[in-house]
Amino acid sequence: MALYSDKVMDHFRNPRNVGVLEDANGIGEVGNTMCGDIMKIYLKVNDDEIIEDVKFETFGCGSAIASSSMATELIKGKPVSEALELTNKAVAEALDGLPAHKMHCSVLAEEAIQAALEDYQNKKLAAKQGVTQP
Amino acid sequence: MTIYADNAATTRMSQTAINAMLPYMGEIYGNPSSLHTVGQKANEALTEARERVAKCFGCEPREILFTSGGSEADNQAIVSAARIGEKKGKKHIISTAFEHHAVLHTLAKLEKEGFDVTLLDVHENGIVTPEEVAAAIRPDTCLVTIMYANNEIGSIQPIPEIGKVCHEKGVLFHTDAVQAAGHIHIDVNEQNIDMLSLSAHKFHGPKGTGVLFAKKSIPLTNIIEGGAQERGKRGGTENIPGIMATAAALEEACANIDKNAAHLIPLRDKLIAGLDKIPHSILNGDRVNRLPGNVNFCFEGIEGESLLLLLDDKGICASSGSACTSGSLDPSHVLLAIGRVHDVAHGSLRLSLGEDVTEEQVDYMIAAVTDVVAYLRSMSPVWRDLQEGRREYILK
Repeated sequence: MALYSDKVMDHFRNPRNVGVLEDANGIGEVGNTMCGDIMKIYLKVNDDEIIEDVKFETFGCGSAIASSSMATELIKGKPVSEALELTNKAVAEALDGLPAHKMHCSVLAEEAIQAALEDYQNKKLAAKQGVTQP
Repeated sequence: MTIYADNAATTRMSQTAINAMLPYMGEIYGNPSSLHTVGQKANEALTEARERVAKCFGCEPREILFTSGGSEADNQAIVSAARIGEKKGKKHIISTAFEHHAVLHTLAKLEKEGFDVTLLDVHENGIVTPEEVAAAIRPDTCLVTIMYANNEIGSIQPIPEIGKVCHEKGVLFHTDAVQAAGHIHIDVNEQNIDMLSLSAHKFHGPKGTGVLFAKKSIPLTNIIEGGAQERGKRGGTENIPGIMATAAALEEACANIDKNAAHLIPLRDKLIAGLDKIPHSILNGDRVNRLPGNVNFCFEGIEGESLLLLLDDKGICASSGSACTSGSLDPSHVLLAIGRVHDVAHGSLRLSLGEDVTEEQVDYMIAAVTDVVAYLRSMSPVWRDLQEGRREYILK
C-alpha cells in the first residue's frame, strides 16, 4: 500500500487555494522551521460573516500541503461560526485518512485555520473599539 | 521513464550476481555442514566464495565471515573489540558523530554498560582528520570505528592514515565500509584496517548478505549463537545463494572500480554544478573526497518529503534527510553533524547515481529538481518571508 491515500496525493499534486490574499482580514501562521512544517492561512470574511475566500501557503511534507488544501476547501464559503468548529479529525477524514505519524499535519491545519479566525475576530473587535473611542 | 537515483539505499542486482545464486537454490541446495555429496558441494562453493571475497580485500579467506548484512557485521566488530578491551581494563571507544545507526546504537548500548564513547566532530566537509583521531586516543582506548564513506553525504575518510595512527598507538581499527566496498579500492593490509563491514546489496549483490573482515588475531564475540558455522563465530546455516551472489557481485564491482568512477565522476560533477545554480542551496559533503555517485544538497525554504514525492511523479527515485522521511522529529543526524541547522536540513535531497546513468538523465534531473524546488518555494511561507526580508537567509 502506498504511504498516502489517493485523495492526499490529489490534494498534494493539485493543491486548492494556494497563494496569498492581498485583502485578507484574517491571517494565521502556525508551526516552525525547526520541526519542518509551517502553514499560513489568509481569510477574506465578508460583512455577513461568510468566508468569501481563503488561501494558504505551506512549507512542509506532502501531507502538510494536502491537509492545508483540504482545510481551505472545507471552510470556503462557510460562515465563520461553522469554520470555528473545524477539527483536525474532519480534515484527516476528508482526506480518506492520514498515516498515524502524519496526523500532526491535520492538527496544524486546524490550528492555522483557528489562528486566522482569531486574527479576524481580534481585528473586528479592535475596529469596533476604535469607532467607540472618542 | 524511471531514473533510479537511490543507489546508496540499495542497488539493482546485477545479472552476474543473479546467475551466480541460481544454481544454489534448485540444484546445489545442500547444507554445507552435511557430510553427503550434496552438502559437500555446497561446502566447496562456500570455501570458494570466501577465497574470492578475501582476494578482493587482500586478506586471508579465514579472515572473512559471512553475515546477514552490514548492520550485523558492524555490531559484531564493535562488540568484539569492546569485549577484548574490557578484559584489559580498556573501555574507551572513538567514533564519529555521523556514523550509521548500526554503529551509533551499538555504541550507545556499550555506553550503558559503562564504556566511554568519544564521537569526533566531522567538520562541515564531513571529514575527520588522522590528527584528531590521534589526539582523542587515550591509554584506555580499545577501538576506533570510523566509516569509510558516509552514506548520506558521500564524504570519504582518510582511512589508511587513520589506521596508521591507530596502529602506532596499538588500538584496533574498524571501518564500516558499506558505502565504499566495490566502489573504492580497498586493501586491508595496505590501508591498516583491522576490521571492516560491508553489505552486498550496495554493490548489486543480494539483500540479506554481508561480510565482516576481521584480522585472524582478533577473537570475535558471537552475536548469533547456534553452531559451528563460520568457525563457530556465527551460528546459522550459511546463506549459500546469497554468499555466491555476494562473491560474484563484489568481484565484478571491484574489477570495474576505475571504469565506473571514470564514467560517474564527470556526471556527478555535472549534476552538482547544475544544482549549484539553484539560489540559496548548498552542497553537502566534500567536493573532491566524495563517492563517485553521491550528490547531496540542501535547498532553503522547502521541505524534503514533498520534494521527493514530486520528483517521484517525474520518474526520479531519490531520498532526503528531512524529519518527515525519517519517521522522527529530527532531520538527519548526518546533516546536523556537519553543521546544517534544522531549518535547512529539512530541505535536503540525496541523488545517488548508478553506474548506468547517462548524461541525458543528469540533464533531466537538473531540470526536474530546479523546477520542483521553484514550485515548492512558490507556495512556501518561509520562502516568501526570506524574499521579502522578514527572515534572514541561512544559505547565501
